Amino acid sequence: MRALASTLLLQTTRDRSTSGRRLIIGLFILLAGLFVSACRPDQPADGRVRIVYWEKWTGTEGAAVQEVVDRFNSLQDRIYVEYLAVSQVDRKTIVATAGGDPPDVAGIWAAQVATFADNNALTPLEDFIEADGTSVDEFLSRYMPVYADMCLFDGRVFALPSTPATIALHWNKTLFREAGLDPERPPRTLAELDEYARRLTKRDPDTGEITQIGFLPQEPGWWPWAFFGWFGGSLFDEEGEVSIGSDPHNLTAMEWVRSYTEEYGLDDITRFTSGFGGFASPQFGFFSRRVAMVFQGVWFDNYMSQFSPGLDYGAAPWPEAGGGTTEGPFAIADADILIIPRGTSHPKEAWEFVKYLNSVNPKAETKAELGGMELLCLLQAKNSPMHDWSPYFLRAHPHPYIGVFRELASSPGVVHLPMVGIWQEYDREITTMFDRIRLLDTTPNAGLAYTHTRITGTWNRHRKSMQRQRSAAAKAARKLPGTDRSKPNPSQIE
Amino acid sequence: MTRGEWRNLRIGLGFSSLWIVGLGVFTLYPVAASLFYSFCDYSILQRPVWAGMENFSTMLGDDVFWISLKNTLIFAGFSVPMGLAVSLSLALLLNHEVRGRAVYRTIFYLPSIVPIVASSMLWMWIFNGQYGVLNWVIGPLFRLWGDSPPAWLGDPAWSKPALILMSLWGVGNSTIIYLAGLQDVPKEYYESASIDGASSWQRLRYITIPMISPVIYFNLIMGIIGSLQVFTQVFVMTGGTDGAPARSTLFYALYLFSTAFYDLRMGYASAMAWVLFLLIAGLTWIATRAARRRIHYSG
Repeated sequence: MRALASTLLLQTTRDRSTSGRRLIIGLFILLAGLFVSACRPDQPADGRVRIVYWEKWTGTEGAAVQEVVDRFNSLQDRIYVEYLAVSQVDRKTIVATAGGDPPDVAGIWAAQVATFADNNALTPLEDFIEADGTSVDEFLSRYMPVYADMCLFDGRVFALPSTPATIALHWNKTLFREAGLDPERPPRTLAELDEYARRLTKRDPDTGEITQIGFLPQEPGWWPWAFFGWFGGSLFDEEGEVSIGSDPHNLTAMEWVRSYTEEYGLDDITRFTSGFGGFASPQFGFFSRRVAMVFQGVWFDNYMSQFSPGLDYGAAPWPEAGGGTTEGPFAIADADILIIPRGTSHPKEAWEFVKYLNSVNPKAETKAELGGMELLCLLQAKNSPMHDWSPYFLRAHPHPYIGVFRELASSPGVVHLPMVGIWQEYDREITTMFDRIRLLDTTPNAGLAYTHTRITGTWNRHRKSMQRQRSAAAKAARKLPGTDRSKPNPSQIE
Repeated sequence: MTRGEWRNLRIGLGFSSLWIVGLGVFTLYPVAASLFYSFCDYSILQRPVWAGMENFSTMLGDDVFWISLKNTLIFAGFSVPMGLAVSLSLALLLNHEVRGRAVYRTIFYLPSIVPIVASSMLWMWIFNGQYGVLNWVIGPLFRLWGDSPPAWLGDPAWSKPALILMSLWGVGNSTIIYLAGLQDVPKEYYESASIDGASSWQRLRYITIPMISPVIYFNLIMGIIGSLQVFTQVFVMTGGTDGAPARSTLFYALYLFSTAFYDLRMGYASAMAWVLFLLIAGLTWIATRAARRRIHYSG
């Protein structure tokens, strides 16, 4: 500011053209100074390395992760983690990584690991794991296999879980009682699910309009892809080719989806469900006690206590529909995932923090003794992805049915979404097909055939694109030996 | 150029340099880069690889692209003319000398200053099939024929009409522009027309409309540009980029966004953006050609 002030004062005493130039130069220096100071990351006064952690959570979940971050910061004096809740964290991480200034750690979703990894945007973690004196297999063996599997892509470790989830069938015990069903006995087979759904559905005696429904595949319909596996079907065959239209079990699954519309009537269902509000609202079908059974994740209990306190419910495994294995029932697992984007300035420190978040103390008897993973999962009321759960974690866990979720996550029949770079497109296509089938806009056969053709095209295009990227990168490496290929540079093309 | 002129030029450039740099860095470079990327296989995270016309030829065979284009054109085809008619009618009403005119003008302009996300949340409630105020009002009409009112956003047949209806909520801006145009029409024309015995419809048809034709034209062009880029309200109200239900609300900008930022196909998305640009430019050109003989610039 002094430079600017003196530049301005000079105008009165010197030749106008000189002072004009000085004014412009002064302004430029001031702006450049502001720009440089804005770009330079702040270093904490105590000389610690400051790393930035971007996450999706706000509210109580945000407070929980902040508590874990605070504990990490207080446990050592070398690294300081700054927690930043970022909306649309996945897309912002992509843009920041492409721009060469990514966060040190980012919390995304398992669905995106393959997309990020395909595009060379993640720091592989094997070297860090081995540098700590553990083999990768040993490190991953601490997790339940389904969660360890979600961190792998092409046989490499690109991510680690932050909090996991498993999806279970939730049922409203009060509505079961009213319908004359045993409130402690959820449906165990598909036939029972359909039968219970029928008995739990009520219509207005005058108008015939639905006033309560037992179950609907589209309520809330977040995982239509899971219905295929539930019926024993598949999305990719053993050769890694798209199999949605060729696996006969998939047709059975979609015919089952359609049967609900046929049974209850398209217009009646549309009218009834159009009154529901969003998931995080008291008008959500299950919370407003108008839907008796839904598939939901471990987080559902948190939302229930917020939007429908006192609702008497139970959580159970998925009814038997042909999927799963003889050793264990079918279920789906998902996870929030921690990544270290490629190009961060402090990958080692980022790893220290990720490692802390993935630490467990299986003998913990008090909250203070918990490792980072159990502390976070406890505060967010989620299941731990680890094989071993500490006595304190089990004892103090607020979720009344946490055991069900643990059982489902460790079931040999549990699956997760396919780790492929086109998953988001595949998932979107499945959702659209699912919508069209339940709205009687297409038949299960035609819908599956169309999706099969479209996704086969997408999959071929993706593989061709990956091949093209690889050969371009190899060519660039031959041309410019010694250049850093890890950082994308839009100005160079092949 | 004299020394003084040179100096003035330098000083002028110096003062406008921030704007020039801003234009270059934040507008010209991205526009040029997107043109280049539209010919590349580019995922944002990796280097762009030249792919020639591949993105454009893929687009021709991409069903979802055509669905999104069709949805967008249907939306624009209804919302633009309806918007023009409603805002012009409102402007004509608000142009009358009535008590509390300023209050009415403010009321009709108010929706335009409500943030679009907030108004989208509000409209989700208005469109609620069971408890929405809209169905509460029109429900009795439907029941006269033994039918029930539509489920709006939950029904693929009614989701686009719902969004078209909602677009009329934001006509405040064009109403204000019409009002400014209406105030510019000289009073003498109306006086002489009245003396000649012209009816109010004739005064509207032969004086008002021709006199404000440049304003209508301006609102038409802005309407076309805006409606072809519709995004935010659909993104908020249908919960993302799926265009739910069953792609009935998958608009062009929504598909472009999901292609770029979910599927990481920035090359294809850039190509789509250029096609949209050409489409808007083409429609604007057609509108300009069609309007050439019908626009009267006074003074």
